[in-house]
Amino acid sequence: MQQIVNFILKYKYFLFFLLLEIIAISFTIQNHSYHNSTFSNSANFVSGGIHKRVNRFKEYGDLRKHNNQLLKENAELKNILAQELKNPENTRIQVIDTTKYFQKYSYYTAKVIENQYQKKFNYLTIDKGSKHGISAEMGVANSKGIIGITTNISNGYSTVLSILNENSKINVKLSKSPHFGTLEWNGGNYNILQLTDLPIQANINVGDTLITGGRSVIFPEGIPVGTVTNFKVENNDYSSINIKLFNDMSAIGPVYIISNFDKKEIEQLQESTTNE
Amino acid sequence: MNNNIFQNIILFVGLILLQVTILNNIDLFGYIDPYLYILFVLIFPFRKDRIPVLFFSFLLGLCIDMFSNSGGTNAAATLFIAFIRLPLLKVILRKSDIDFVVFNITKQPFLKILSYVSILAFVHSFIIFSIEYFKFSDLDTILFRTLLTSIFTIVLTIFSLILLTRKK
Repeated sequence: MQQIVNFILKYKYFLFFLLLEIIAISFTIQNHSYHNSTFSNSANFVSGGIHKRVNRFKEYGDLRKHNNQLLKENAELKNILAQELKNPENTRIQVIDTTKYFQKYSYYTAKVIENQYQKKFNYLTIDKGSKHGISAEMGVANSKGIIGITTNISNGYSTVLSILNENSKINVKLSKSPHFGTLEWNGGNYNILQLTDLPIQANINVGDTLITGGRSVIFPEGIPVGTVTNFKVENNDYSSINIKLFNDMSAIGPVYIISNFDKKEIEQLQESTTNE
Repeated sequence: MNNNIFQNIILFVGLILLQVTILNNIDLFGYIDPYLYILFVLIFPFRKDRIPVLFFSFLLGLCIDMFSNSGGTNAAATLFIAFIRLPLLKVILRKSDIDFVVFNITKQPFLKILSYVSILAFVHSFIIFSIEYFKFSDLDTILFRTLLTSIFTIVLTIFSLILLTRKK
């Protein structure tokens, strides 16, 4: 017993150091794996509040760009509305019937207050949280493309697992043909992502457009992603496909958060199917 | 003594705020940020009892991690340099024992301070990037980023040290 006490006293600094180091490493491992919400995240009152204040100054630099982007999106949406008015049969008859409308997704707005793109495991922080109706695993996108998936939620803020994160895997498809692939990131250039699991039958060309696939419950089908910049074929299979994003990931301002009304139902169904 | 504790609290909070509001947004060449907050670890008073320096360094790193969503990367690296700073200092000053009561790091010759700061800053960034990338195939990226970041950190730290000691 005496020897153990002596040992602890002799090496107490080293043992204390070892204990704290193990705690720090375990937080890091937690942070680098996909399914755990992390202990030290920026979705809290203190860091969210500070990031929000800093962002009030930073956002001025990009206001012109964000304004133009929103204006362009508005024009696109107005054009869709204008097209429908031309159809004479629709304008006369007004049917108020809930079975005629089917809303599957609902959109919230938010502002990115902290944006990371320099690291290997990047996260964004947005200024909306559980009190605004945000929950974990909702899609985040803007008019130019997808941005990420919400992970940690606090009362007023949430963190978003960026598509620039090694753990991010997103189901995408080609806009010209119904072939699916997975969008990943190798940690290099922050505007170039990689497409994997695409079958050779897809027969892609440089310049082809990618959109979200709609196979996951997080993103609806048809959100733009990017274009193919180059690809390599080895052994009759795509070995690497590089995708240039429409978004500039280093300057992201206002975003939409997408909530899927059927998410719970689909997930319960999938769970009960795999359990059988 | 009381004044000393008060100064350290100011330095602790001040360095966190400076790091997360300004320095983490510098993004030189797109992705290089200096880690000036290790200044706290470098000039934390040298005492025989090393538990406080280990604990506060860990806490400082964890606060930085909270703001930048990096798990415990900064905490692990900062704790490590807090642990090796005393043995390293003994090697640099070629002394087997340090008189803790009168010892003051800022009163040492400039070259010794420079090598003390440089080694710790380099080790700190090297640990951060190694944990982040954690692959041998990324060794060139790790070394490249470590080198740029630590040079930036060393320059800023030396300037801050000169600024802090001149005031007194």
